[in-house]
Amino acid sequence: MARAVTSRRKIINTVVAWGIGFLIFFPILWIVILSFKAEGDAIRTPIEVLTAPWTFENYSIVQARSNYSMHFFNSVVISFGSTILGLIIAVPAAWSMAFVPSRRTKDILMWMLSTKMLPAVGVLYPIYLMFIQLGLLDTRTGLMIVLMLINLPIIIWMLFTYFKEIPVDILEAARMDGASLREEILYVLTPMAIPGMASTVLLNVILAWNEAFWTLNLTAANAAPLTAFIASYSSPEGLFYAKLSAASVMAIAPILILGWFSQKQLVRGLTFGAVK
Amino acid sequence: MATAHSRSAARIMMAPAVFVLLVWMLVPLSMTLFFSFKKFLPLRGDSIGRGLDWVGFANYARFISSSSFWPSVVTTLLIVGGVLVITVALGILLGILLDQPMWGQGVVRILVIAPFFVMPTVSALVWKNLFMDPVNGFLAHVWRAFGATPVEWLSQASLPSIVLIVSWEWLPFATLILLTAIQSLDSEQLEAAEMDGASSPARFFYIVLPHLARAITIVILIQTIFLLSIFAEIFVTTGGAFGTKTLTYLIYQRVLESQNVGLGSAGGVYAIILANIVAIFLMRIVGKNLDA
Repeated sequence: MARAVTSRRKIINTVVAWGIGFLIFFPILWIVILSFKAEGDAIRTPIEVLTAPWTFENYSIVQARSNYSMHFFNSVVISFGSTILGLIIAVPAAWSMAFVPSRRTKDILMWMLSTKMLPAVGVLYPIYLMFIQLGLLDTRTGLMIVLMLINLPIIIWMLFTYFKEIPVDILEAARMDGASLREEILYVLTPMAIPGMASTVLLNVILAWNEAFWTLNLTAANAAPLTAFIASYSSPEGLFYAKLSAASVMAIAPILILGWFSQKQLVRGLTFGAVK
Repeated sequence: MATAHSRSAARIMMAPAVFVLLVWMLVPLSMTLFFSFKKFLPLRGDSIGRGLDWVGFANYARFISSSSFWPSVVTTLLIVGGVLVITVALGILLGILLDQPMWGQGVVRILVIAPFFVMPTVSALVWKNLFMDPVNGFLAHVWRAFGATPVEWLSQASLPSIVLIVSWEWLPFATLILLTAIQSLDSEQLEAAEMDGASSPARFFYIVLPHLARAITIVILIQTIFLLSIFAEIFVTTGGAFGTKTLTYLIYQRVLESQNVGLGSAGGVYAIILANIVAIFLMRIVGKNLDA
């Protein structure tokens, strides 16, 4: 009897949850469907859209017309570049704070977090001005530096919380055995830190890939990543639903897949370790 | 334990991070502060090289007394408040639902969190054109199918439309955090309450909700910080028209569109102060949790 009740509840849960999940996911599904339809069919009623023939033409048109691959390349370079740059600066800092803490470590960490709270628009003009002076406007290097700086606190925090979980005893044992600092980092710490570092990289690539304030304001034709490239579709010329959909699918697909792998790390990274 | 040698090494290892963040924070911030006390209209020939006129607090006074200031504050509060209410309320319900036994839990979870990974410009444009367009949009087709006149979402109901778009983007975040918190709830405690005859609303209000209090606070604070500075969603949908101009967008227009840097910088200082008020509360909570 009890079993029958629970399995009925399980069925209801399943139906309701799948229904809601479908509803939330629907806009993304709809983009994917429209991206495989001819431009003329894409503006018809939903039922006509579904029954219209499928086509791959939008993907080749978007690529041919708008130099899509260049913007894709920009996104890859900027998001991975800023993350690697951030990692180079963050790993030593997080390591030293996790393993050689001092009285000020907590204050330093909190201060770093506070830099993340600075509203971007408050410093837009100074950055804009500096970029013009330094010739960084509309360059991948410039964006890489800015995105590295806005994500650096998150990288340091995530690494710090991961490093904290590595048992100190092992490091002490290595030290006792006469390992130098370099050996300690290279042979003891690194293998244990790699999973945490991988999650950190993943989350930061996602954040940098989707960043849409600095990328919109500091780039033009040359260094524009996909965020800015897609925004150029906001002034429609004639029929464009299917092409917008195709461009969108290509822009979000890689990060959607990466994102699904990083669910757990996402919680930790975005709450600065406050929720695990 | 830590030797003097490792201490100085630690200091050296920390130096680059501290240095770049210090520069990143102080240099632009002091420039904004500097500009906010100056008359600086680059299009009228003002430049740093030729020296800028000191105007005291005139920019601050003008920014606040401008006719678009208070509406922009109200818009900001409505968007932030609306999105917070929707995402937290739905996030709790969804989190509880996803914690129940069901088939294909992992797949549902993937579907629910997907919007978070869609870049803001894509979600804004897709909602604007594919869904909210009054002629060819999906919603217009649905409205017509029921014999109703399609709504011109982004001009007639601009603010609710923006709230809907932004809520769609942030619901996954709230759900994910709250689900994580719900999963850490001791199920024995719930079972004990059930045995003692506590009804399910009672269990929700006296056990689940108090347990979630901290996670809810964190969701609210983090989202507030991000929501105060939403930009792309407004940039590509209404461009600040139809009463959707937030404080962030107003400052952006002053600085880059009308190139009144002094005025925009004063606005920027207000935005920084506002963000810091929220930040202080967030930092307290995060700080409590930090056993450094």
